[in-house]
Amino acid sequence: MRETDLRSTEGNVLLTSLEAAVGWGRGNSLWPLTFGLACCAIEMMATGMARFDIDRFGSGPFRPSPRQADVMIVSGTVTHQMASRIKRLYDQMSEPKYVISMGSCANSGGPYVDHGYSVLKGVDKIIPVDVYITGCPPRPEALLDGLLTLQKMVKKMGLVRSGRGDRDKYEPVVIQG
Amino acid sequence: MGPNEIRDKIEQLIPGAVLAYEGDTFDPWAKIDSKHIVDVCRLMHDDPELCFVSMMNLAGVDWPKEKMLQVVYHLYSFEYNLKFVLKVDTPRDDPRIPSVTSVYNFANWQEREVYDLFGIMFEGHPDLRRILLPFDWEGHPLRKDYVTPETYRGVTNKP
Repeated sequence: MRETDLRSTEGNVLLTSLEAAVGWGRGNSLWPLTFGLACCAIEMMATGMARFDIDRFGSGPFRPSPRQADVMIVSGTVTHQMASRIKRLYDQMSEPKYVISMGSCANSGGPYVDHGYSVLKGVDKIIPVDVYITGCPPRPEALLDGLLTLQKMVKKMGLVRSGRGDRDKYEPVVIQG
Repeated sequence: MGPNEIRDKIEQLIPGAVLAYEGDTFDPWAKIDSKHIVDVCRLMHDDPELCFVSMMNLAGVDWPKEKMLQVVYHLYSFEYNLKFVLKVDTPRDDPRIPSVTSVYNFANWQEREVYDLFGIMFEGHPDLRRILLPFDWEGHPLRKDYVTPETYRGVTNKP
């Protein structure tokens, strides 16, 4: 990750590229959409609480509305009945938007992969995922690791990002939970 | 009043209702003819010596070898601290059981769940819809011979 190139001049003027400045701003204020679905949501709540304190990284305000959110943390089992709602909420989020898939269920179906008739085998079947976090459930540290990884990706991404436009340039990252 | 007296009372007031009975278990149970299940439930609920005012659980069971589907009603009497279990069999190819919603309001959603997962039609139920699965789901997943569909609404079910 290239640190934002800040050169101080004598008149206290900071010079940087616009892309770096916007990436810095976007990356450090990723507001998550509250999307707890199952037990992983408990870990996500713990991450939001005082001990792990996701607010240190600028992701404190869990927004109840997709219009105000930047990142969707899909934490838990995605059933077929919930899949259409997830898709709708993802479509309602404003660009730029990112997705963290948290836990084995959201990644691939997890324990329900063989006999879960009602479980979607991975949220990436309906929406594009930027960061996968393994674990059942992942510890809050793993979620914070995934968030920081996403921040680095966001800071590297370009100024304009629409749909899956430049997402193909960035491979999804797998975090060991 | 023990389980044997309960069985005798049911047989005395509704002849031919009890098909089988087992009293020497943790949960004494009686197998009821499906024609009489509403009357038996009404009796259990209203009789002052029984007062089974609470239905704790209503579940479905699949018996593929016997070609039977079964519904199990767990009743509880707060008044006398009694537990009693009713079981009703119905053929697997045409499962129909009268609904006990008129007696126990609790049975409404439970019967919807059993219909959803086993496909048992509860006749007389006020609103027999699926409750857990999507409304356009095909099949009843808790039957032993259920095969998971390949896709649902264009989304594959394969990992």
